[in-house]
Amino acid sequence: MIPGSFDYHRPDSVGAAVKLLVDFGDGARVIAGGHSLIPMMKLRMADLDHLIDLQGINDLKSITVSGANVTIGAMVTQHELIANEALFSMAPIVREAALQIADPQVRYVGTLGGNVANGDPGNDMPGLMQCLDASYTVVGPNGSRDIAARSFYEAAYFTERQDDEILTSISFKSKKGGYAYEKQKRKIGDYATAASAVLIEKDGGNCTAASIAMTNLSDTPVCPQEAAAALIGTALDEASISAAVTAAVNAIDPAEDNRGPVEFKKYVAGIMLRRAIERATARA
Amino acid sequence: MNEMAPPKTERAAALKGLGTSRKRVEDARFTQGKGNYVDDIKMAGMLFGDFVRSPYAHARVKSIDTEKALAVPGVHAILTAADLEPLGLHWMPTLAGDKQMVLADGKVLFQGQEVAFVVADDRYAAADAVELVVVDYEELPVVVDPFKAQEEDAPVLREDIADQKEGAHGPRRHHNHIFTWEQGDKDATEAVISEADVVAEEMVYYHRTHPCPLETCGCVASMDKVNGKLTVWGTFQAPHAVRTVASLISGIAEHNIRIVSPDIGGGFGNKVGVYPGYICSIVASIVTGVPVKWVEDRMENLMATAFARDYWMKGRISATKDGRITGLWAHVTADHGAFDACADPTKFPAGFFNICTGSYDIPTAYLSVDGVYTNKAPGGVAYRCSFRVTEAAYLIERMIEILAIELDMDAAELRAKNFIKKEQFPYQSALGWEYDSGDYHTAWDKALKAVDYPGLRKQQAERLEAFKRGETRKLMGIGLTHFTEIVGAGPVKNCDILGLGMFDSCEIRIHPTGSAIARLGTISQGQGHATTFAQILATEIGIPADDITLEEGDTDTAPYGLGTYGSRSTPVAGAATAMAGRKIRAKAQMIAAYLLEVHDDDVEWDVDRFAVKGAPERFKTMKDIAFASYNQAIPGIEPGLEAVSYYDPPNMTYPFGAYICVLDIDVDSGEVDIRSFYALDDCGTRINPMIIEGQVHGGLTEALAIAMAQEITYDDLGNMKNATLMDFYLPTSWETPHYTTDHTETPSPHHPIGAKGVGESPNVGGVPCFSNAVHDAFKSFGLKQSHMPHDHWRIWKIAHDLGLHG
Repeated sequence: MIPGSFDYHRPDSVGAAVKLLVDFGDGARVIAGGHSLIPMMKLRMADLDHLIDLQGINDLKSITVSGANVTIGAMVTQHELIANEALFSMAPIVREAALQIADPQVRYVGTLGGNVANGDPGNDMPGLMQCLDASYTVVGPNGSRDIAARSFYEAAYFTERQDDEILTSISFKSKKGGYAYEKQKRKIGDYATAASAVLIEKDGGNCTAASIAMTNLSDTPVCPQEAAAALIGTALDEASISAAVTAAVNAIDPAEDNRGPVEFKKYVAGIMLRRAIERATARA
Repeated sequence: MNEMAPPKTERAAALKGLGTSRKRVEDARFTQGKGNYVDDIKMAGMLFGDFVRSPYAHARVKSIDTEKALAVPGVHAILTAADLEPLGLHWMPTLAGDKQMVLADGKVLFQGQEVAFVVADDRYAAADAVELVVVDYEELPVVVDPFKAQEEDAPVLREDIADQKEGAHGPRRHHNHIFTWEQGDKDATEAVISEADVVAEEMVYYHRTHPCPLETCGCVASMDKVNGKLTVWGTFQAPHAVRTVASLISGIAEHNIRIVSPDIGGGFGNKVGVYPGYICSIVASIVTGVPVKWVEDRMENLMATAFARDYWMKGRISATKDGRITGLWAHVTADHGAFDACADPTKFPAGFFNICTGSYDIPTAYLSVDGVYTNKAPGGVAYRCSFRVTEAAYLIERMIEILAIELDMDAAELRAKNFIKKEQFPYQSALGWEYDSGDYHTAWDKALKAVDYPGLRKQQAERLEAFKRGETRKLMGIGLTHFTEIVGAGPVKNCDILGLGMFDSCEIRIHPTGSAIARLGTISQGQGHATTFAQILATEIGIPADDITLEEGDTDTAPYGLGTYGSRSTPVAGAATAMAGRKIRAKAQMIAAYLLEVHDDDVEWDVDRFAVKGAPERFKTMKDIAFASYNQAIPGIEPGLEAVSYYDPPNMTYPFGAYICVLDIDVDSGEVDIRSFYALDDCGTRINPMIIEGQVHGGLTEALAIAMAQEITYDDLGNMKNATLMDFYLPTSWETPHYTTDHTETPSPHHPIGAKGVGESPNVGGVPCFSNAVHDAFKSFGLKQSHMPHDHWRIWKIAHDLGLHG
């Protein structure tokens, strides 16, 4: 469990970091909290010559709330996501989900940017950001561009981000209404066996907006529009919820691992989603 | 005239002796990060070793090319089997009478097996070089299933002994067969079972798991070529045995070998055996002339060092219609992996599994165990239990539950009906043990009352009705267990390891000013020996525990002993400590009598002093006596105050306990909530109640892990699937429930202070208790047996197969 040798860089601006990426090409990787990358390096599954640490870039460390718009710097830690009251008032589901990630020690170091950029299907934040319909800003040698979270993930560890781009911030609009993040895991610190993020808005007794995303149940997060559609315009009755759950379970493609076989994962994915919908509905 | 003596009780309290919840003296350094573990040892010029390991579970090693690896700056040497062969060290003996490759000799037999040993300036260079060693493998067919391993055309795993018809434990009947071990009366048992009113039969699998101590295994070997002395600091649960074995296999005279176990961060059986890393470090130090350190990482620990369990246990239990048990038949298929590296007393290839009649008066029984080779890591150690006792307890406690279902009888009542009665002790079991003492009915009644057992059953019935009405998706399970352990190995007449009798020892020196040092043949790995053994001595010799230093683990200074595992420290070394203390006291009595100018028989012991009979104001404290022993010429008595005792126990000890677990199961997710856990332990005389409670908490938490989620599994190609703590389950405080502890106290009649040992009871009793609770939750839907671990998906599968998902 010892990585191969590499050079360490600690730039103080995004521009400098991008330049290092361009200069060193394939042999360079940026590191945020390191909870995914460092174990891969120790297992020598990630073999790199240059490690570019983003900890020295202060521009990436703030949470900004402006009207209904929330922007979170890529280097904001999970702990800060939990502690920030302004963020909580705009999107309480972020705190609820972050509290279910790993443990406090990991959350003091693990970042939102690293969590969403790495493309690990086990990470919780990609699904949550799809649920929030967030947008990621990436900066490369040709300037910056925005990519919707819902179209960012291509396959496990493959994303829309180019190798010479750095994900710098995450933005979304404030979400009213009910919310819930339900996660089944084997123990504290584990990735999800199945997890669901749900946002629901109601007017009178009727659902006016809904958003659903699922984590660790395919090689990317899954945000099934047909499942959300099954709820919108309904009274969130049993039949609608069942239709949404069925649509979501049809959209996932879990793999067997030590957490259990496919049949089990599909079943508990439905259970987690049903619980999330019911809890979000009660809060809406 | 002496000053006024404080009252007896006050003086006794000041000693912090037996029965005192004395705070652990070890904790000051451990909680401040100031322990001294193997990896804390740093020596001038020290090199580091690292292994090239096999990615395959079964393959021929066609060639090993070390050229590129040797070119890495800082690399000094790379050892392969070819280098060890001239020394006769490419294979080594195992504790179970088998032999094991130190480095791959022509083939590899499990994933993670040691193939080459790189020695370098630092860990980084060593790891870089490991990557560059090129091994040419030719894959061979893999067998990971112990039943398939015994088929006629199964691959030959151990080519070295393929034609050998006789093993260390009798005849071998197949190329992958290791031994057959039989106990009890086969014909009588089969006759009883064939004629019985009721018979329950089941295959019960106790899955493969791993002790996974927080500190992994490692050592620093240092050969001093000037004085010819080899010193090895290492994670050894039995340092003296390691010294003797090292001498026998290396040819280095035993007085020229010093083995030191520094602080050890948990052992749980994982650190009893001898591993290739130790041998390679020693050879590398001899070759390079400087100290060599080897410390394995977590993946190496889980993949290659000793696992535990992996017993397929077929049980048949018979009873009369009214629930009187008449017989027990058991057959075990024991998967030992690639080499038989079990750590059992030599004459017991399946350990003390023949304790499997448990707490019950079963008149007729028969047991046979077949050991089998597979392409998995070697081991089979006693993970926080005496040798194979937790497997035995699991089998009998599952069979009792299944029999209760067959009889349609409450399992608590069935147990009470069949317990060995208090007046039957000492009790001769059908499978050959003499249980020293017990009072099972008292413990059982106390436990059932403490949890309000009838009330729990009523609640469970109500919950079941609510479940059937669709008002809840949670079922309630009540787990019962009454276990009997056999610990304290053991009497030299039948217990030895490689010919070394399993006695233990204590040596005490009283200093002139009345404080003391005691040294033992055992070694603490977290048990708190420095705290508890000082307490035994405090009560025996009247010197405060705080004034007694306790040392273990250095073979140059400690008396010979067989080490710490199998809950043997208190039963054996604890007894030696008391006996050595009594020798001190006997001499002190003569000195006191001389000083008080009376006959030896005219003084009597009084907590911390000898006083003249009938004149308690005339006395000499132990402190006075110690000083006198060093500065007065006493006719007929040698100066000084020292003693040593080597204790050969007359019998094992038999701690027991009654555990009751209540849990709630979510049938949809398979998640479990442990509502309560009541643990009554009877470990005989209680030395330190606080340490006992800590041991019970720790043991129960390991039991929770094993029963509910912890396992070592392989795919069909022999790839190990749980090599990191992501997948190998270690509970955190979050997963750990609250435990309620309780006790009864039935002293061992043959132990000097009546103590029996407790460190492993909670694992032995805890695993069946958690498992029985899971089974109990589904009992009314027809579940009889479902294998551990009871993790989310397996529990979900039970519910699914029983039709509970609609």
